Amino acid sequence: MKHNLLSQWLLQGQWHRHRLQISMVIIAIALGIALGFSIQLINSAAIHEFSSAVKSLSGQSDLQVRAIQSTFYEMLYPKLAQREGVESASPVLEIQVAVPGQSDDTRNGMLKILGIDVFRAMTMTPDIVGVPAEGRGFDTLAIDAIFLSPAAMEWLKVRQDDSLILRLGTKTVTLRVAGGLVRSNPGQRLAVMDIGAAQWHFDHIGLLSRIDLKLKQHVNLEQFKASLEKELSSQYLVAETIDQEKRINNMSRAYRINLNVLALVALFTGIFLVFATQFLATLQRRPQLALLRVLGMTKKQILLQILKESSLLGLLGAILGVVLGYGFAISALYFLGGDLGAGFFPDIQPKIQFDPWLTLIFLMLGISVTLMGSAIPAWEAANAHPAQALKSGNEVLSMARLNKPWAATVCIILALIFTQLPPVAELPLFGYFAVALLLIGGIGWMPALAKLFFSLLLRFVNRYPRNVLTLLVLARLSNASHQAAIALGGVLASFSLMVAMAIMVASFRLSIEHWLDHILPADIYVRTELRQDVIGFTRSEQNALASASGIERIDFIYSQQISLDSLRPSVTLFARPIDKNDPGSILPLTDDFLSTEVLANSNAIPIWVSEAMVDLYDFQVGKQITLPLGKVLHEYIVAGVWRDYGRQFGAIQMRLSDYQAVSGEFHINEAAIWLTDGVSTQQMMNTLSALPFGEALVFWQPNEIRSLSLKIFDRSFAVTYLLEIIAVLVGLLGVAASFSAQVLTRIKEFGILRHMGLTRNQIIHMLTLEGGFLTSFGITIGFILGSSISLILIFIVNPQSFHWTMQLHMPWIWLALMIISLLFSAALTAYIVGKSAVARQAIQSVKEDW
Amino acid sequence: MGSALINMENLFALELHDIDKTFASNRQIFSRLSFSLRHGEYVAITGESGIGKSTLLNLIAGLDVPNEGDVLINGTLLPKNDNAATLLRRKHFGFIFQAFHILPHLTVLQNVALPLLLNQFPIDRAQSMLIAVGLNGREQDFPHQLSGGELQRVAIARALVHKPKLILADEPTGNLDPDTAREILYLLRAEIKNSGAAAIIVTHSQFAAQTADRILQLTATGLFPVSQS
Repeated sequence: MKHNLLSQWLLQGQWHRHRLQISMVIIAIALGIALGFSIQLINSAAIHEFSSAVKSLSGQSDLQVRAIQSTFYEMLYPKLAQREGVESASPVLEIQVAVPGQSDDTRNGMLKILGIDVFRAMTMTPDIVGVPAEGRGFDTLAIDAIFLSPAAMEWLKVRQDDSLILRLGTKTVTLRVAGGLVRSNPGQRLAVMDIGAAQWHFDHIGLLSRIDLKLKQHVNLEQFKASLEKELSSQYLVAETIDQEKRINNMSRAYRINLNVLALVALFTGIFLVFATQFLATLQRRPQLALLRVLGMTKKQILLQILKESSLLGLLGAILGVVLGYGFAISALYFLGGDLGAGFFPDIQPKIQFDPWLTLIFLMLGISVTLMGSAIPAWEAANAHPAQALKSGNEVLSMARLNKPWAATVCIILALIFTQLPPVAELPLFGYFAVALLLIGGIGWMPALAKLFFSLLLRFVNRYPRNVLTLLVLARLSNASHQAAIALGGVLASFSLMVAMAIMVASFRLSIEHWLDHILPADIYVRTELRQDVIGFTRSEQNALASASGIERIDFIYSQQISLDSLRPSVTLFARPIDKNDPGSILPLTDDFLSTEVLANSNAIPIWVSEAMVDLYDFQVGKQITLPLGKVLHEYIVAGVWRDYGRQFGAIQMRLSDYQAVSGEFHINEAAIWLTDGVSTQQMMNTLSALPFGEALVFWQPNEIRSLSLKIFDRSFAVTYLLEIIAVLVGLLGVAASFSAQVLTRIKEFGILRHMGLTRNQIIHMLTLEGGFLTSFGITIGFILGSSISLILIFIVNPQSFHWTMQLHMPWIWLALMIISLLFSAALTAYIVGKSAVARQAIQSVKEDW
Repeated sequence: MGSALINMENLFALELHDIDKTFASNRQIFSRLSFSLRHGEYVAITGESGIGKSTLLNLIAGLDVPNEGDVLINGTLLPKNDNAATLLRRKHFGFIFQAFHILPHLTVLQNVALPLLLNQFPIDRAQSMLIAVGLNGREQDFPHQLSGGELQRVAIARALVHKPKLILADEPTGNLDPDTAREILYLLRAEIKNSGAAAIIVTHSQFAAQTADRILQLTATGLFPVSQS
């Protein structure tokens, strides 16, 4: 009880005296926690909502049978329905169709239609059964009826009995909106109709997308699945319903983890801030703590007192952070959507919900951060020799304990080792550790480097002594380099990470620009309204397109989604004309490809895979594989690896002629057109629009695709920029907090200088100069550290997270702007803090007891 | 082990036997130094700067340890364990410093109450102690509102408030003008004698030394009595 009162007095006194620093630490912790917490809240809300949407589509089924390609022949259905152990089977046809006039410039201009057997679906997937109007029960089987979810009705601005015009390939279909669905998730745009009607309207006669299976109660799911997989050809995938969730989780995992890491950066910067502030505050209190030791406080009590003060700071920061986090999450969902602009979860409307465990975890995280930041200062203060610590000027001793370049060197060596290690569970965990260790190592080297740098500078200035203020500043910086290094910890961490992110983002953006230049060689691209339209253009339509006047060359492309693993998102398969002897002319190949001689000697069909295929499916160059395309299995050889920034889950390119030969399919869904001299793109668009199916055509010019792609890129990095800015703000708060803490420890020094004749302005000038020197040095080291970290991000974290490589590019102008603004902000901070420090009377300053 | 084994119930006696102390820089401060202090005795130690007066106080307080020799309190060795030495110091020792060392962010009353809180004693005595040192009505003032003499009065009150057996005062008037110093010294002696504690005062001031019962001079060869005029 008595100790609690004493503890409370000490705490109140300390916080009252360091209001500014305390507030900054609380704000810094709150920002870090708020960012991490909000990202976590948004992600879990989005994934929960998306999973629940998927669950409602899967219903009661235990297993789903799909084909590697999007559809398969329905002959399989009766076999499975009659198979022993199956209680019921429900066939489903999934079709993506375009809604004319509703396509926007991104990805949401399509409607997903589920063709169902309503009698089967009523037991298997009751949520997605249509609800007809009263007295019109047979609408669920009607050939012209379609049922829409509320979100789809709202989006398409239609009501019951309205007509709805849809398009697949060049064919237009008009259906009647017959009602809603039993249940759908908010924001889920979905349409349901009779399976037969869907097959007939959309040219999918005899085709299914999946068969949902419900097994009899006594049947062992694992055994049934294994035997079914064995029995079915490799063209099919048998997946448990739970696999769907894993698949969704895998889809956004790397992106989510990257965002979380960025949020942790802000928190990590906060640790340095807490460390700097607590260290300097403890340093200032050193004689006071020594007195308490003399009066009878034990080491443990001192240690606990400081840690108690810190954890309370952490708790306050974390509470504020959690409240802010909820606010950030709700605003981000409103402005950016559940995937924060990255496009992983279209068509869902997640809602933020209170999560007590997550809240508790982040509260604990806030406390842990401050405890980590305070541990060393607290330990140092508790173990200081009381008799020595009572004397002022003894701070150097405590600082000397920080001077451990060997520990920093170990961190750097470990970081280098970690850069060579492979990903863990497909995540660049060692890459992230390497970044953290490099930062810690770099900051650990700061005192020694600062001493060396400022001593050399002082020696140089001493040769030509002109300005006493410069001498004073450099003398202090070279002799009290530890304090300087501590002051810089937070800003160094945030600045180097900002440099790293700036270099990484600029490199990524430039690589994408070059990539777009390479993959868009034609003058104009034409397709139907829907991307990867499964019907696309028929052979006669292809002939009509090719015979249009003004065309020098036309390449037909067919692309579709194929599933090679039920736990992973789909892979995109492109079939297009590729010159076997010069694939690099059309594909942005890496240095990894087979020579034409090797390829000529192989009987296998060549495919060129994206970098992700190598990482995720081990499709190494030269490897022979079988892909279940078409009715017969064929051997394929990986002929080369190409860069693909559009699809992080993998893509395969093959020659169109090969694809048509193995599949017997002659549809294509895109054409790249090179114009003859003198023909403008507008003329070509007019010519093609005049074709009988011209109304269904959509034209893209390379510059439009380019600007749209970069717009999507910038939008997906919008959150990253925001997180970076916050990390730097936290860093600047660190400068302000540690500067003001330092200045407080030097009140006596300023009083003496004032007695010796320095004016207040000269002292302010001196502090501003000190801030400038210090920040310039920090910027230099931060730049070196940041550039090194950018190499880890570019060459390790990105390839391991997203499975693509990029070329290094330094955004010099952006970096210069960052440097200038940071330098200006730090000098301004030092000026403001200095001004308040010299406001007190010189006599009082010298009289200061502690 | 620890203060629990030192019987402090009634009388108090301090003995230093053959103390050797050498600093890490190899500078020898004491060689075979011996000294004893009886219950309620008030001793002044004088000597040149740097001769080791403060170090001697640190050794007695358990804030430093001798290389050789023993520090005995009531015939028992001063504990070498930091926690035990701290507990002994907390309960039975009082300190007064030249630089006052009053915690700046605590009020005068809170500063005086510190040893009571650390010992888990009722804190009412802080008020009466402040009255005793002439600071009635200044309880809620902060240290920066006090003069040097007033600060040292607070320090005296803090040193005596928990009724310690031994007061260690290191240059208690070094920062004060002669009149205030005289006033403080009279107050210090009076309060120490009232409390019945023993005291060691380290000082350069002849006047300060004269207020003690016994004066010893610390030299490189040991402690020697000085005759009082």
